[in-house]
Amino acid sequence: MIELELLFASAVGVLTAAGIYLVLQQRTFPVILGLSFLSYAVNVFLFASGRLVQNEPPILTKYAESYTDPLPQALVLTAIVISFGMTAVVVMIALSAWLSARDDRVDMENEDPPAEEDSDAEAQS
Amino acid sequence: MNHWIIAPVVLPAVLAPLIIMVMRFHLDLQRIFSIAGTVALVIISLVLMSQAAGGTIHVYELGDWPAPFGIVLVLDRLSALMCLLTAVLALVVLLHAVGSGWDERGWHFHALFQFQLMGVMGAFLTGDAFNLFVFFEVLLIASYGLMIHSGGPVRLRAGLQYVIYNLLGSTLFLFALGTLYAVTGTLNMADLAVRVAELPDDQSALLRVGAVLLLLVFCVKAAVLPLHFWLPSAYSNAPAPVAALFAIMTKVGAYSIIRMYTLVFGPDLAVTDGLIGTWLMPAAILTLAVGCIGVLGSRRIGRLAAFAAIGSMGTLLIAISAFTAEAMGAAIYYMVHSTLAAAMLFLVADLVIERRGNDHIACDFRLPQNGLIASLYFTAAIAMAGMPPLSGFLGKLLVLDATRDAAMWVWIWAGILIMSLVMIVGLARAGSTLFWKPFDPSLSAPQENGEDSAAAPALPFVATGSLLAGLVALTVLAGPSMRFADATAAQLFDPQNYISAVLKEGTE
Repeated sequence: MIELELLFASAVGVLTAAGIYLVLQQRTFPVILGLSFLSYAVNVFLFASGRLVQNEPPILTKYAESYTDPLPQALVLTAIVISFGMTAVVVMIALSAWLSARDDRVDMENEDPPAEEDSDAEAQS
Repeated sequence: MNHWIIAPVVLPAVLAPLIIMVMRFHLDLQRIFSIAGTVALVIISLVLMSQAAGGTIHVYELGDWPAPFGIVLVLDRLSALMCLLTAVLALVVLLHAVGSGWDERGWHFHALFQFQLMGVMGAFLTGDAFNLFVFFEVLLIASYGLMIHSGGPVRLRAGLQYVIYNLLGSTLFLFALGTLYAVTGTLNMADLAVRVAELPDDQSALLRVGAVLLLLVFCVKAAVLPLHFWLPSAYSNAPAPVAALFAIMTKVGAYSIIRMYTLVFGPDLAVTDGLIGTWLMPAAILTLAVGCIGVLGSRRIGRLAAFAAIGSMGTLLIAISAFTAEAMGAAIYYMVHSTLAAAMLFLVADLVIERRGNDHIACDFRLPQNGLIASLYFTAAIAMAGMPPLSGFLGKLLVLDATRDAAMWVWIWAGILIMSLVMIVGLARAGSTLFWKPFDPSLSAPQENGEDSAAAPALPFVATGSLLAGLVALTVLAGPSMRFADATAAQLFDPQNYISAVLKEGTE
């Protein structure tokens, strides 16, 4: 039988590893997917910081003998909402960047070119 | 309860939706309300400063819930100082943005600006670690919008990198907070301080991991090597008034390090022993080196200003990592100076870019208003590089003096002095290329002769000039400023006052 802690820890580990691998890719869509994986990982991790228990509700009911810590669950809700907003923002910016440059690379090209062979002087304004 | 403390957070939070919903298509109304709101923020910050300057720590319990169950806002000298600095910087930057027409080159500049101010003020005033995360996110998301203001393919890609980097930082922040909560069971800063001090030794490893993760997050924000790679590209491609406002954002990272590491993970705590001294200090010296060498190597004036900002963060963090009350006083003085100087350098860079049409440090035609811009650049460069007579020199002198007994003082002194020389050479070369060499008669005559004979807008010059006035005031009033900085540092290194003010001993 798989221990709950082992399952949780490996889930966080696998999600984080997948997220970091995707974030290091050169195109925007895998990067955004990687950020989503990382946010799954961190939300599961935050949830686990309230200790893993079974059959203990976080809010008061008549039938429970003991309760689990509700605060990490509130933290997870906050974090989910914030990362939802952030994901929407990053998708919009990535889309605008692709529509502007016709290219979905993440890397900046030649950031500090010498003045003679300048390719993007008109992009300053 | 003293409701002034929440005013710097509530005022921009109310103003921003008002601007979007009511004045969406009326730029003049937006400008009026935004400037009026920022002036009100300056006044509120002055009131807060007068309340905090005496040394009492004011606590504001949100919803009247007592700490550690509820979220608290805490006003001490450092918070009040940072709020005042933010408000003054915001007013100056706003005047520049309005005067130079940057706010009409895209949508919703003023609303995003007010949201950004809300986030920064909240981050400086909060007394709860998760609330700090929330305000970080507010200020970051507003900064994403400001970063890509007025668009363009280069700016959008730089903005995308900036967003991705900061999202990774936010994820790391959550990991750190999860670890700290799992070990201590609380997220209120004062309560964390109490529980961290009485933690049994078998949990200290996990606590140290949490402390390191938290330090990493703040170092991402403060652009410390090796987490500084996002800054040059982001700040040089941001709209210039936005880049000037971003000068306070790196200080949010430095403030968070100061707050968490004096209050929660104090200098005598065995668990986090050596983190600041052994790891942050060399990183800060290397950051200074990278910043100054970057100034020497930049071919674009935007990148020059960005690397100068990195260099000044390096000096600031050297002072912070020395971790004594004297060094912290020097750090606080230097923090104020570095914000004003970096912002001024970005605004001067904008004055040049607007007239030149591109941001290359290359010989080209003589700018209109060359003399005025050249003298503003000269003073900004003197301030940034730390030369007399401006406050940069005094700040560096204070840092050198405070670190003379530090363990790595040879490296600190050598680093600061040699890298100051490197920065001076870099700034001087850029200045002479941009402002002196165009007097060579063999260069082409200025283009657009008819257009630049019309009066250039005066407001950007007023804005840059007021930053200069701020730097001069900081120099002339160095005595009172240092006394205040020392009092602030003394208050920081006596966390028991803070803890008992928040937790109201015995009534938990």
